[in-house]
Amino acid sequence: MSFFKIETDRSKYPQRDAEGKMQIDLDSGKYVKLWQGPNHPGVTGNMSIELTLAGDEIVEAKTHVGYLHRGFEKLIERRLFIQGMQTSIRMCVAEPDSNEYVYCACVEELSGIEIPEMAKWIRTLILEMARLQALLRVVPGQGGTFALGVGVQWGVYMRELILDRFEELTGARIYHMFMTPGGVRGLLPEGFKKRMEENLKEIDRFIDRIDNLMYNNAVFKKRSIDVAVIPPSWIDKYGIVGPVARSAGFKRDVRKDYPYLAYDQLDFEPKVMNHSDIYNRSRTRWHDLITTVDLIRQIMAKMPEKGVFKAETPNVLHWQIPRGETYVRSEASRGEYGLYMVTDGSDKPRRINLRGPSYNNAIAVLEDLLVGANIADVAAIMVSLQTCPPEIER
Amino acid sequence: MSLKDTILPFKAWGNLFKEPVTLKDPMREGAARYRGFHKNDINTCIGCGSCEAICENEAIVMVPVEGIETKSGDSGLRPMVDYGRCCWCALCVDVCTTDSLSMSNEYTWVSDDPEEFKYIPGVDKKHWDDSEKGWKKPGPDYSFYGLKRVEMDELKPEERQDSFIEIIKGFSKEEAIKEADRCVECGICTATCPAHMGIPDYIRAIREDNIEEGLRIMYETNPLPEICGRICTHKCETVCSIGHRGEALSIRWLKRYLADQVPSSEYAEVLRSDSIEKINRKVAIIGAGPAGLSAAYYLAMMGYQITIFEKLAAAGGMMRYGIPEYRLPYDQIDKDINYILSLGVDIKYNVTIGKDISLEQLEKEYDAVFAGTGLHDGRSTRIPGTDHPAVYQSIDLLRQITLGEPIEVAEKIVVIGGGNVAMDITRSLARMQRQKYGKVQTIATSLETEDIMPADREEVVEAREEGTVINPGWGPREIVIENKKIKGLKVVECLSVFDEQKRFNPKFDESHENFFEADMVVESIGQGANLSYIPTNYLEKLDKDPRGRIQVDKLTFQTRLPWLFLGGDIIEGPDVIHGIANGHKAAKGIDQYLNKKMEE
Repeated sequence: MSFFKIETDRSKYPQRDAEGKMQIDLDSGKYVKLWQGPNHPGVTGNMSIELTLAGDEIVEAKTHVGYLHRGFEKLIERRLFIQGMQTSIRMCVAEPDSNEYVYCACVEELSGIEIPEMAKWIRTLILEMARLQALLRVVPGQGGTFALGVGVQWGVYMRELILDRFEELTGARIYHMFMTPGGVRGLLPEGFKKRMEENLKEIDRFIDRIDNLMYNNAVFKKRSIDVAVIPPSWIDKYGIVGPVARSAGFKRDVRKDYPYLAYDQLDFEPKVMNHSDIYNRSRTRWHDLITTVDLIRQIMAKMPEKGVFKAETPNVLHWQIPRGETYVRSEASRGEYGLYMVTDGSDKPRRINLRGPSYNNAIAVLEDLLVGANIADVAAIMVSLQTCPPEIER
Repeated sequence: MSLKDTILPFKAWGNLFKEPVTLKDPMREGAARYRGFHKNDINTCIGCGSCEAICENEAIVMVPVEGIETKSGDSGLRPMVDYGRCCWCALCVDVCTTDSLSMSNEYTWVSDDPEEFKYIPGVDKKHWDDSEKGWKKPGPDYSFYGLKRVEMDELKPEERQDSFIEIIKGFSKEEAIKEADRCVECGICTATCPAHMGIPDYIRAIREDNIEEGLRIMYETNPLPEICGRICTHKCETVCSIGHRGEALSIRWLKRYLADQVPSSEYAEVLRSDSIEKINRKVAIIGAGPAGLSAAYYLAMMGYQITIFEKLAAAGGMMRYGIPEYRLPYDQIDKDINYILSLGVDIKYNVTIGKDISLEQLEKEYDAVFAGTGLHDGRSTRIPGTDHPAVYQSIDLLRQITLGEPIEVAEKIVVIGGGNVAMDITRSLARMQRQKYGKVQTIATSLETEDIMPADREEVVEAREEGTVINPGWGPREIVIENKKIKGLKVVECLSVFDEQKRFNPKFDESHENFFEADMVVESIGQGANLSYIPTNYLEKLDKDPRGRIQVDKLTFQTRLPWLFLGGDIIEGPDVIHGIANGHKAAKGIDQYLNKKMEE
């Protein structure tokens, strides 16, 4: 095989100086500057990566955000506590329910409200459904970055089935706004569990088909195995969480580490792997799909049939919360998703700050991970980190 | 990589012969809970504007609507939704105080005119107006504000039934703040209150525990908060928007809470009344009732020199001489009145206009005269037997009780009347019976059946708790007298009180008689005015309606005689809050009149 191997002349590539910084002389004519994004099918949302290429190898990458800034944190700081919920969800379009939960939980914690048992179970169900629909996009989406579009199309349909259930339960498909500070806005509709089970059976079959299509696929394997490997030392250095950390052997899952809602009553074990390349990162998410489907089944079996679903709250039109601060975390499909809230005794939050996993993954990790990668793999690497620009620029 | 990895992906070809999953037209129907376009039942909607208040996108604006009039309990406004802003969160539906607003499951609407997407649900007819499906509140208990009142602590029947101790104990700070929290600040109450008190504002002051600000807000429109906080007819509570789904706010008790918190010694400082600039003009006020006191307060605050002429030995009018002490203790009346008098208001007791001093004399000595002389002459049913000495007028008895004069308390008493005054005398006499005989044998009867009795519901309930019998729905026919002694009251069933034109025109079933045993009968069917202090030559000049009642300007309460202003029960009401409102408006009217006179 060595006959076909092309030996690259590394002397043309930039050399590192004593501090490890790449020495790039753009005037030398050896390099190409290329912007991937802000509008690019290979970029998940509106951000851009400034690439410096030597041939088709990336020698330097710089991430740029700011194309999507909507100032949601500031907007929430000018809204009543009840009104913040609808704004908070828009900080992450792909999985809005984590926003809803952390926002409501912050308000509840700071005003000392304990939500009823029923509300905890319904919130858990919603969060798992949200994880399921997010994974149904990102798992086949990894194939999509290698032009394997068929899985994406299957996934979109499967996701629609979950959105149907969302519509039935919450009255909306994407922005559900079903949790309010104090609990939730209703019980499960009649026959919901039966229809959900039918959908889950179909998703079970989808999971098997995806296994055949992607993870037992010679091309996919060739493109993903040992590509963009995140060494274990990076996990704590960059604050990497969620499936990316788990694929590198770090068992990080807020649901297990800091159980919230009804997660302590559920039986599950998040998948951990030991080598974080594109293949394993995607595979970890595929395992998460199986776990999530199982969790939804457990929740529906264990949750009470009826009960109070909303705690008594102060009048929402002039709800004032005493001085305080809190940080509430939850496990989104991308990892630890937390909200920091400061209140000052008025009817609006003093400060809101969202900690989303994409901030670290897409800005810091991506810059370093891209160096040495092939230009054709940029989209795959980005998706393997499951970046969500709206969550970076909130 | 194995052979398996090359072959397995081709399993995807298995889908080739499956039915497509994509949807074709027509569009699928939204779920039963779908948050689609808005619907509003405009007849149930009261235009409270809570939907507008909660909307984070300012997508809802309250607008006037043709064909819907502003009336008591209805602002006349209806929500207009702008779909360029709406985010379909449905919080407007969840906060709606009347359950009139909901959403349909309709979600497609095509138009090339963007202005069309601003529309008034329920008014601009849409095909989804009748759709059954769509977002609604999940249940009658689901609410964004407390639906239940904070319970008021009061004396139990056995603790109160034989004394005149005040029944209502008043809110604690925690209770008041909790009750104040329920307010949605719609302002329907302000519009309905005759005095247009800034109710949402002083309720907010309670929530923020800013008692002094609350007192200042109350005094802007009502100088008798201690009194009104106890015995106001609370039209505000009747129309309170929270009352549509739950229990109306206890606005009256909240007002009382505010006034109770400030000791009278601090009033001047809190209300900043120590820097009034005096004007050298004199106004005479006849009658120290709510109207007269209110006019006196606002005129004194403007700097006028006020003299009140009061027929009786103490100020307060009907508030002191008509309302029993268990509802309105005398020290609370004094607290409000003393503050008004402390502003330099001069009061002359035991002076009757027309007897001790004439109206002409007042006209000469003062720049303007305000008269709020009230209704102090009890009306009689004029049935046979009412001329018996043991037949009394409730208003006379109540006055005597306040004055401490001994009154006859028979063993068995019948009270004719179903209003609050009837309940007052029934409950007062019941207390005195219990003191004297150890048991209660008082019956109150009225023309109106229980559902339309004019008395407040709690008055009827409490009267019964105290051992009296309330037996409404009977028309009095005759007071049966044997050997010059009353035996009782003969009544017949009253079928209806008002005719189709809503005029007083009772119909009776003469065949269905009843008899209430009694040694004493008290008539309490209303009171009339005594205007004998107005000389005939003046009286002739005043405007009157076809029924002979004097008419005044509705804004200034000025009569045809420019210097004479009339207000209170003789013009509007009868109740305290109308008197206060009249007094306030008359004060402004007098100020306007005198300013204009100066210019001339």
